[in-house]
Amino acid sequence: MDLENQKRVKDFADQYGPENIVVMLGAAESEASGLAAETVTAGDPTFAGPLTNVQLGLKVYHICEPEIKAEVNADVYDEQVGMMEMVMDIDSICEEMNNIRSEYCKY
Amino acid sequence: MSILNGKKVIIIGDRDGVPGPAIEECVKTAGADVVYSATECFV
Amino acid sequence: MNSVIKGAGYILAFTPDMVMQNGTTQTTEKIVNPDSEYLKKVPEHLRSYEEVLAYMPNQTYIGNMTPDELATYEQPWYDKKAPVCDRYGKYGEIMPQDEFLMLMQICDVFDLCHLEKSFVAAVKPKAEAHPLYTEDMIAKIKDGVELSEIEHFVNDEHAEPLYHEGKLVGYVKRAHDVDTNLSAHVIHENLVSKASCVLSLLHLIKATGINKDEVDYVIDCAEEACGDMNQRGGGNFAKAAAEVVGLTSASGSDVRAFCAAPTHAMIEAAALVKSGTYKNVVVCAGGCTAKLGMNGKDHVKKDMPILEDMIGGFAVLVSENDGVSPEIASDMCGRHTVGTGSSPQAVITSLVATPLDNHGLKIPDIDKYSPEMQNPDITKPAGAGDVPLANYKMIAALAVKRGELQKADIANFATEHGLVGWAPTQGHIPSGVPAVGPLCDMIKEGKINNAMIIGKGSLFLGRMTNLFDGVSFIIQKNSGKAEESSVSEEQIKSLIAKAMKDFASTLIADAE
Repeated sequence: MDLENQKRVKDFADQYGPENIVVMLGAAESEASGLAAETVTAGDPTFAGPLTNVQLGLKVYHICEPEIKAEVNADVYDEQVGMMEMVMDIDSICEEMNNIRSEYCKY
Repeated sequence: MSILNGKKVIIIGDRDGVPGPAIEECVKTAGADVVYSATECFV
Repeated sequence: MNSVIKGAGYILAFTPDMVMQNGTTQTTEKIVNPDSEYLKKVPEHLRSYEEVLAYMPNQTYIGNMTPDELATYEQPWYDKKAPVCDRYGKYGEIMPQDEFLMLMQICDVFDLCHLEKSFVAAVKPKAEAHPLYTEDMIAKIKDGVELSEIEHFVNDEHAEPLYHEGKLVGYVKRAHDVDTNLSAHVIHENLVSKASCVLSLLHLIKATGINKDEVDYVIDCAEEACGDMNQRGGGNFAKAAAEVVGLTSASGSDVRAFCAAPTHAMIEAAALVKSGTYKNVVVCAGGCTAKLGMNGKDHVKKDMPILEDMIGGFAVLVSENDGVSPEIASDMCGRHTVGTGSSPQAVITSLVATPLDNHGLKIPDIDKYSPEMQNPDITKPAGAGDVPLANYKMIAALAVKRGELQKADIANFATEHGLVGWAPTQGHIPSGVPAVGPLCDMIKEGKINNAMIIGKGSLFLGRMTNLFDGVSFIIQKNSGKAEESSVSEEQIKSLIAKAMKDFASTLIADAE
């Protein structure tokens, strides 16, 4: 994850309290989704950014996960994400996100 | 229990996946308070 | 009449030592993690010149393999050897690092770049033997300097070191003591961009056979900025490169729009020629040092060679209609507007569907699409997937939403209307334009009738807007009618006769 974005995530977690934060991802691939999710829960796996060795354990979801889709207005979701549902491998993204959450999410 | 309603949401979109502003449009309808929205570019 | 694409030049420069010295992934790591395992491992994962010549995506880039041939090989490609391993191809060449460093020195007009004595002695004969260098270029090769001078400038004067095979062989010094816009780092980055642009121009001139005096205008569409503290992005890479090559009749300017810039520049070039403002416009760009080894961490983690070891460059000649070369359909351009929004379907609709709708065409009516042509060998191990394939799926998914394609045919659409990616991840270099040369050849060979080039840009990286950007244009088979430079006396007589006849018939009609 971009170093500036890591810094912002860390600052917002301090400012609002990690329990009040939800990180939403839009990565195209499951591997990239997993890396971003790992960064905001277990720390930066590339050991480059401000979240290196910082276990925020934030709640993190991908926009294509069914529990998120269920909360969003259906028309807006279709307009913004509908086409990408046909493009992304949603099953593998969901599996990756569930794995990271069950292992590292604290909230 | 709702995941997004009333929560402070940080968005990390992907230019070649779902970009930040598109995610923002979605989560706002679920009552989320978007505090940061960025889009990453891997290429 | 529509303007045409006369030809294209594509070059690569192999710069393994710059991966460590200038790639931002590595330079950032040196700051935040100077003792990291990754930095220690980088040298063992760098390729040799022979290996990059044998790399199929590189041979595709310079035109020794077609994208269709490349697609017949199963991925990954880095562990396979190309059937052709030549330095030169029909579009350009793969230049080795030592010669590229000398080309940087040739392109330096402010006495900022110096090379070591024995290095100059060894490499100058190679430069002199280059088939496309001009006498003026060779005359610019300076005498070499002592190693002690290089060490002094690197250690005490903030100069950017130039390495070859791990050895210090030169330096680029800062152009100003205070102004960070003229720091050694920036000058180095800009000289690399300029030199790779120059090499692309030389190959374009060879490929098209155009007389240098006939080039009227040059548009550079790279991603670097040159200028000083009072005009940071003042520009003109275009004219600077044209000067080295000897395009004495050309003016030029820079177009900047992130990775979408080459497509913006092509549309502008086509319009400048179609309007009659200029007859021959060149669109060109050099490559980018910052992106060398960008995904190196993932490549090393997966025990692969670091594949981002190439600087890319390209040049395309847009000219008046000759009745033969593929045309740019200037009235069928797509554009992402300020109001388009950023949802993927809105983006693809604006770039692909809207220009087709305006002409009663459907998405499957375009034979080939060239969006982002990044080499998947580079991006897949980094978790970013196969970018061209993802783009084809998006275009196909939009076609499904519009009822122009069955959902089950999405995968086939990518094979039939797409190309595999082969371009290095050099930002603007892979964006739409790498396919211009091969697609024009396919049109001329009658394999396809038309193709759409799509450029996309991540404007938000500049922190001035959250907007996305993109534009597209269509190349099509020439209608067969050439631009006529002047109207003959006979034609004028027949036009007058026709006008008088028409006038007479209206008089008769009025009288009746």
